[in-house]
Parts: sequence; structure tokens; C-alpha cells
Amino acid sequence: MTAKKEVSLINFFIFNAKFGPKEGDEHKKILFYFPHSVPLDTKIKQIGLCEAIITFTATFTDHPCESLHTHKTRQLFFQAEPDFWTVMTLGVPSIEKIVEGQTHTDYREEDIQDHVYRAVLQQTYNLYRLFNGTFQSTLTKCDIESLKQRLDHFFSKYLVTLRLNQVDIMTVFNGVQFLPLDKISYLRLQCFINQMEMIFPQIRYSVVLYNNHLVWSGLEQEDMRVLYYYLTASLLPAITEQDFSTAPLVTSAEGSHFGRFVLGPPDLQNEKNLGRISRVHLAGCEQEMEECFLVVYRALGALMCLLIQGDQQLDFDLFQKIDKFVGPQLSAIASDIAELTSRKNPSSTEMQFKYVYFNRMNFAQKTSIHTSNGLTPSVSSDVLRLIADIHNDLNTVTQVEDGETIVKTSNDSWIVGKKSDQREVYIIIHQKNANLIEINEEVKRLCSTHFNNIFFLD
Amino acid sequence: MSAVEADSYYLHLSKNPIRFEPVSSVTSVFFDDSNRQVFTVRSNGAAGIVVKGPDEKSFSSLRLEDRGELISIKFSHDMKILGVQRSARAVDFTNMYANADVNEYSQMCKGKDTKIIGFCWTSFHEIVFVTDHGLEHYQVISDKKTLKLLKTYSIQVNWFIWSCESSVLLVSSGSLGNTLFPFLFKSGTVMKLPKFEVELLNIPRPPQLSLKQRDVVLAKIYDQLYVLVLRHGAATPRGTSPAEVILYQIFNDSNAKKTDILRLNLSGRFAINIVDSLIIVHHQVSKTSLVYDIHTPGELGNGVTYHQPFLSPLPIRPFKLSLPAVPTSSGSEVQEYNCELYSPNWVIFHPNVVLDAKLGCFWYLQLNLESIVYMLTDKCRLIDFLLLRQDSKMVILNVCRNMLIPGRQVSLTVIATVFNKLNRVYSDHLNTANGIAIAMLINSVGSDAIRAEGMSKTPIIDQSDIYTHVLSVFDEYKDSSYKYVVAVMVEYIRSLGIFQIPVQHFLFELIINTLVQHNCFYQLHQFLQYHVVSDSKPLACLLLSLEGSYPPAYQLALDMLKRLSTANDSIIEVLLSKHQLLPAIRFSQSVGMVDHISARKFLEVAKATENQMTFFTVFRFFEQRNVRLRGNAKFHPGEYCDPYVEHFKQLFGADAVLSTS
Repeated sequence: MTAKKEVSLINFFIFNAKFGPKEGDEHKKILFYFPHSVPLDTKIKQIGLCEAIITFTATFTDHPCESLHTHKTRQLFFQAEPDFWTVMTLGVPSIEKIVEGQTHTDYREEDIQDHVYRAVLQQTYNLYRLFNGTFQSTLTKCDIESLKQRLDHFFSKYLVTLRLNQVDIMTVFNGVQFLPLDKISYLRLQCFINQMEMIFPQIRYSVVLYNNHLVWSGLEQEDMRVLYYYLTASLLPAITEQDFSTAPLVTSAEGSHFGRFVLGPPDLQNEKNLGRISRVHLAGCEQEMEECFLVVYRALGALMCLLIQGDQQLDFDLFQKIDKFVGPQLSAIASDIAELTSRKNPSSTEMQFKYVYFNRMNFAQKTSIHTSNGLTPSVSSDVLRLIADIHNDLNTVTQVEDGETIVKTSNDSWIVGKKSDQREVYIIIHQKNANLIEINEEVKRLCSTHFNNIFFLD
Repeated sequence: MSAVEADSYYLHLSKNPIRFEPVSSVTSVFFDDSNRQVFTVRSNGAAGIVVKGPDEKSFSSLRLEDRGELISIKFSHDMKILGVQRSARAVDFTNMYANADVNEYSQMCKGKDTKIIGFCWTSFHEIVFVTDHGLEHYQVISDKKTLKLLKTYSIQVNWFIWSCESSVLLVSSGSLGNTLFPFLFKSGTVMKLPKFEVELLNIPRPPQLSLKQRDVVLAKIYDQLYVLVLRHGAATPRGTSPAEVILYQIFNDSNAKKTDILRLNLSGRFAINIVDSLIIVHHQVSKTSLVYDIHTPGELGNGVTYHQPFLSPLPIRPFKLSLPAVPTSSGSEVQEYNCELYSPNWVIFHPNVVLDAKLGCFWYLQLNLESIVYMLTDKCRLIDFLLLRQDSKMVILNVCRNMLIPGRQVSLTVIATVFNKLNRVYSDHLNTANGIAIAMLINSVGSDAIRAEGMSKTPIIDQSDIYTHVLSVFDEYKDSSYKYVVAVMVEYIRSLGIFQIPVQHFLFELIINTLVQHNCFYQLHQFLQYHVVSDSKPLACLLLSLEGSYPPAYQLALDMLKRLSTANDSIIEVLLSKHQLLPAIRFSQSVGMVDHISARKFLEVAKATENQMTFFTVFRFFEQRNVRLRGNAKFHPGEYCDPYVEHFKQLFGADAVLSTS
């Protein structure tokens, strides 16, 4: 009889050590603490301990402290902004066995990979910053109370949606999947976007996705990465669920098209309701964060994000005009792309092997082990963990420019991790009784057929 | 002439008219519209004949014996034989070339009661007599001073029109004159084309000649032959209905077809000119001209297209004639004379000649494209129009350029349409040019003819034209938003793409530089990712140069070089410049170049890394290559590797060097 316990979130808190330097003021350091129910005294103690560890370790190294391993917990530290620390404590997964009538708990420490969960922490902060701006900017513009409110508002909701047992190498990559598209279709879309941005100068940037794949982004890379994560992990799964339930197709007086606002007025006949429109904060390439409204429009498989100047007063008329212009054209482009992608024979391109690819230069990622919504991987969590380990090894431990690691698992799977310049690929081959030479040959063959148009050293 | 004045007229008379002695009691004037020559004849030629043509070369004067009044006078195309008609029965000829016998010889027409209506030179030393009984086609053998009959056609003739540009003779027959017979003359042969009847509004009883020569024009419009018939409005109880011009297209192998009708919306006296395939209808009463373009879409009905004037009716630009200086008390001064436009003394000749016999002036009617640019505000229509005109290239480029000037910028949709129009013509031209190249390869004989046909007069706007004359506007106007600049360039590249025209690399360079200037590296990255920018070595080098400001450019450049597959040398160079020795060696192995790479270059870089391990590895690698290639680890003296061998010995000792002894 065994009982499995998955990784769990014990607590999550944000503090700034500078806010309560005097004894008795320690509670002022707490900006956010989850769960709320914890007595203040415990909160203060926890934060005090973290602060002590961070300060203590800092005497030995310039590199800030990253994590604290205990038998039953794992604590991760992340300095999001100068002096602002976010800390996450996880419960180590365990298996309870009853051996000779005695309960015995086996903690699987190696199942938690520091760099994967640090990526979670980073992603959490990035998402907060996208919608709220930096901690410091809130402090500068408002006061500490409103920062606390914002943190509470965001994290209380967000933390409960975290699927801590489903994070893997893709979280570390935190990349973007691009849509393969021919030049002419791409240029057509490009020209359409240019026309739109000329007609509606309020639109600062636009982003187009097709079936969770990025086609065009006018944003800076880092901003796009965060927005892509928000769209694919949070917004899109929610609207797809909606789609299958109610929501009829919109037909306007000028003729029918398939466009409608996802974030924006839900009904273009009802000018009272502007719908849900979030403000987003873009880091861009400048020092100041830029505030924009995020309006999302959708037609068939295409999703268009319009980032409208934050100082504008949004009026209903603008939405109607955008709908009129964007709706028909985006519908046409979406159905053309659908036709193009369906024409590509899916059976012939389906690869016989499983792989994960990432290019650090443009954050392009590709995977054949995750479904497009990134939820259910088709390989065991052991394999995924191994990939994350190889990645960590290639990037941080040895820090080689180019390299290769080949690992054979206990159940006859081979995992090959290759790194060339800024690109990484992980290939999983299931082949019984193969030897190292055969696997090496096989990988060479795969690389030369699938990476023939990029500079990828064997 | 002020700019304002220039802008308000779209038609003007040629700047330098050909002046000739006006018609008077002693002088008669003849015009040959085939050679465009004016003959001023004094005393039936005895007192001299002055010939003036379109260029100085064709100016000449000659003298003929007075043998009666002249009816018609025309030079052969090569100006070597002069044909003169003095009677209804014969045409007289004089050889005009050097050392020729100047005595006339003549040719009578066939048949007793036959009367010659007129004659025309059909081709080199070939002539056709049009008589009331038919056609007589002769060859003039000037040396023997005789004519040889080639062919006769028997047909009742009222009048005829000769079109030199298409070598077609149109003959009116029948009691109403509305049965028209076209004949096509082709060096020595005559082809009778299918006859056709012109519809008449009312048929007079008893029948009388109703279709007059002056109401018919034979013209080539957009390289197709048309008969234009001016149909005067019929009198109705409510006044005269407006006149129309009916166009019949003539085909070589099928019946003529009524294709277009021009609605004049006016009545009175009209004359027709053709300028650059546009039909210009002059209206004398209102002193205005109407312009029609049969290429523009009109209203369809019964298989015929009805056209309204392309532009609103306007007069021809006033013409001032400077008269020769007259000595006066205050000295000589140049007098200017305002020519009367649409004067009753005007005679209009085909295709675009206006002749004032009283004034002694002969002009060409010309289009003023610049004014039309201001009159047509719809850019798409304007470009369509200009693309069909001759010598309009610079005008088109200017229109495109002005579309992009900040403050006057037109929408991207219009720019896209305009680019598509330009590139459709450009791509057709490229395809024909390719076709010619192929034809020339297959058959070098007759390629000139094919070329002449392929190189039409339509303006071709190619990529360097757009680059130099249109996109350069952004250099001048720095205040253009870069988004607009990039959008315009992307539109152009897209348009080239749909017509499958390969984009030249200077356009890519321009777009890359614009994006780089505005730090839009991620957008540039996406363009490269989707192969909007085509691979080429110069672009890869440009990307390499951008690495400093955008590190991923390095990867993009290497990818591009890899795809080019002819640039493996460059890849190795790039890797070496980055001290990426082992990757460079591995790459050269993978592309099978390992036996050809220079050991000296590699060792030099290896030494420069100051990494002993790397130097050792590279050195050892080349030693092993030496063994494999020559059976000896020693470097060949020609490889100039001695300093590195010394360096190696210094670092690792002389024993470390491989020896094969």
C-alpha cells in the first residue's frame, strides 16, 4: 500500500527588507503573504529567516542565494527588483509506504529541479509586471498600500491556478511557437497590419497569433514572451471553453465575418458595455514602462492583439471601426491560413521521433511531446526531468558553446541533448538494443534532414 | 509660360510648328499625311515647290515643268520618286535621286471611262491608284522609268482613306457609301479583308452618298486597327440629338466588329485626332476638345462599350507664334501673334496633325501629362492611364514619389494597388524579355524582329527606378514615420512577390537599414525568419556587421550562409574571426573541406586565443592531417607553419611534435 503526494505550494511571499529595519517594525516588510491565514508572527519569522539566509550567503558570493533545500521542503528565492524578494516554499513530493505495519515516508527530493521552479517564480513576476508594472513604479506613483492591494489582487487569484506538477523544460524555455507560413501569405498579413496601423494610429503595436502560434509581433521580444505566455496559458484556454458552449458567430450589417472581440466589447450593438479591457505595461527597449490597453480580437483561428495607447480615451466608436476594418480581412486571412496548413500533409511531416527545440535568439520553441495547449506531455515525467537536467548541464554547469549529451534511461529510451551556438534540441529515441554509435548516427541523420536550413553543427 | 497656365490645359500644339507659305492666289498647298510633308507649289511647280517635313532632313525644294494644275503630289517613302497627279487619267513620276534622269514618265489608268480618285505609296516603290472602278497596284521601276502592274481589283469606289502606319487602304463603296472594304498591303501583295457596312441613322430616298470621307478615320489604337465613324446627330422634334463616334475594329481574318461608342454629348462640327492611342474629338463651336480612352471601362450594352469623355472638355492651350522681327523706329522687336484655335482654316490630318493653311503653320497635337496628373485625383485611374501612355515613365515615378511625401501621403491600400499595376507591366515585360532571350538562343536569325515586337513603348518601372526615384523621397523627408516607410517597402516587396519577380538586394538592404535605424531588430528577425528577405552573400555580410547592436544577427547571418551552400568558405572565416576553432574544424569536416583549409590560418587563430589546450588540439589535428595526406606529420614548407611549430615546441617541448621516423 503506497500513497503518493505531489509537489505542493506551502507558502509564497514578497517582502522588502528595507521597509522595516527597526525592531518591532518587521511586519512592515511584508508586502504579500500566502496563505493569508498564517498568523502574523509566523509570517515575520519566515521572512526573518529568509532575510537571514540571503544576507548570510551574500558574504560568501556575489551570486544571490537561490534556494534552500530541506528534507521536506524546498524554498526558492528570487530578487525580482532591487530589495524586493519573492519567495516560494514547496513541499517535496513524497511516497508513503507501509512496511511491516510501519508508515514510512520517502521524500523524492530530486523530483524538484531548482531551475524549473525558479522559472515559475520568474514567470509569475513577469505576468504581474505585465498587468501592474513594476513594484517600484507603483510605489513611486501611489503608495505602499496600493502596492499591497495590487499584489493581493493579482497573486491571490493567480497562485491557486498554478499547476506546479505540470511545469517542465518548456517553463524554463518560456519560448514562443512560431507558425510556419509561406512568404506571400506572411507578406499579405504584414501589409494588412500596416494598413490597420496607419488607419488607427492609436494602435501602438499589434500581435497576431494563429492557433496558439505566433505569426507577427510588433512588440519587443521580452514583452512578447510574457504576452505569449498570458495568451496561451491563460486567455486562450478560457475562450476556447467559452466557444464550445454558447457564443454564436457574429454577423454585422455589412456582411458576415467571423471576427469579434475577446477582450473588448462583447456586443457591438450595446455601446454601454466596453467589456473587459486590461492595461498592460510594456518594458520595450526604453527605461520607462509604457502603458497600453490590451484589446484582443479574434476571427476563426486567428487572434489579434491590439495594444492601444494608454493615454487615449477608449470609445465605443473606435471598436466599431476596428471591427468593421479588421473583421472581414482577418477572417479571410485566417481561412486562407487554415487552408494552407491543412494542405500540408500531416502524416508525412509527422516525425517518427520526439523532440524539443529551443532557440534562445528569438525564443522560438518547438515540441512534439506537448500538445499545443502545453498541458499533457506525451512522455513520462522522468524523461522531462532528464531533459531539464541536460539543459541545465549544457547551459549553466559546463557553459559550453556547443555540446552534446547522450543519456540512456533504465527503460531503453535514449535522450540526446545538443547545443549549437544559441540553439538547443533534445531528441528522444525509443529503440531497443541500440548502442551509442547507432544512436549517434541516427541523431546525425535527423539533424541533417530537419535542420538543413539553419547553421546547426553536428 | 507660367505653371498655372501649364496646369490647366491637357492638350497643346507642338512648340516649334513647321512654317510654310500660306495658301494664296499664286500658291497652292498640299499635305501628304503618310510622309507628313507639306508641299507649297507656285505656278504649278514652274516657280518652285518647297517641301517641308517633320525634320530638317526632309526639307527640300524642287522645280517641275508647268504641265497643268496639280491635283495631288506625294513622295515615295524613300523620297526618291515623286508622284504627281495632274489629270483624272494618269499619274506622272519624276526620279529625284542623284544622277537620275529628271524627265517625267507617267502611267495611265486602265479602262476608258476610269477616273483616278487618288493614289498612295503603299511600300517601297509600290503604288496603288484608286479609281472609281477599283484598285490598280503597280511597282515603279525607276531605272527603266516604267511601271509594272501587280494586281487590280474591280470595285465601285466613292472615296478612300490610306493609313500609312497600318498599311491599310479603306475604300467606300455602294450608293450610300457605307460599304467599306479594307485592303492590307504587304510588300508586293494585297490582302482583301472582310468588308463591312456602317450603320446609318436614316437612309435618304433616293439613295445618295451618306457616309462622307471627312467623317471617317482609320487609326491604330493600342496596336489594333479601328475605323472611327463620326455619326452626326439626327434632327428630332426636340432639337438635334448629340453626335457619336462609332468604333469598328478591323481584323485580318474575321469580320469587323462594332466595339465602342463615344458619347460626344454635343452637336456641330467635329474633327478627330489620335494622340498616343487617345481619341481627341475637337468641337469647333465650343472650341474645346474631348478626350476618350477606350481602355477605360465604360457602360456596356449590346456588346458595345459606351464611353463618356475621360476628362472634362477643355480647349487646347493657346499658342503664341513669334513673327520674324520687323524693323521699326524703335528698333526691331519680336512680335507675338495669338493663333486662333479651332479656326475654320484648320485642317486636321491623321493621326495628330493640325494644319492652318491660311497661317502657314503645321503642328503636332500633344498631350500634357503633367496637367492630367493634377486633373485626375484618383491615383489608381491615373496610373492606369499613364501606364498606357508613351514617355510617361518619369511622370509615373513623380506621381509615385509625391504619394509618399509627408502631408500628402495616400493610404497604403492605394499604394498597394499602384504597385500592383506597375509590377503587372514589369512582370509582363520580364516574361517577354525572357521569351526573347530564349528565342534568340534557339534561333539567332530574326531575333531583331522579335525584339522590336517585345520592346513595346509602354513604360517599364523596375526596381531600381522605384529605388532611385520613389523610395529616395524618404531620404529627403526625414519626418516620414519609419512605420510608414517600412510599410511602403513591404507593400512593394509583397507586390513583387505576387508577380514572382525576384527582389533585388538593394531593396532588402534599404528595409534592413531602416529597421535597424529604429531599433526594430525583433521585427527584422521575423522578416528573416519568414524569408521575406531573400538570402544572399551581401545581406549575410550586412547582418554580420549588425552583430554589435543586435547579437542574434550573427546567428541569422550564419544560417543564411549555410542555406546559400556556396558560402562555406565564408562560414569558416566567420567562425575563425570568433575564435571558434573547433566548430570551424567540425564544420569543414561536415562539408568535406577539411583537406583544403589552411593550416596557417587556423594555427594563427589558435595561437591568438592564448589557450594552450586549444593550440595543442589544433596543432595535433593538422599534424594528423599531414600524416593522412602525405604520410608525414611535418608541415609542407609552402604552408608557412614554421613559427607555429616553434611555438608548439616552446610550449610542449620538441618531443611533443609527432614524428614518423
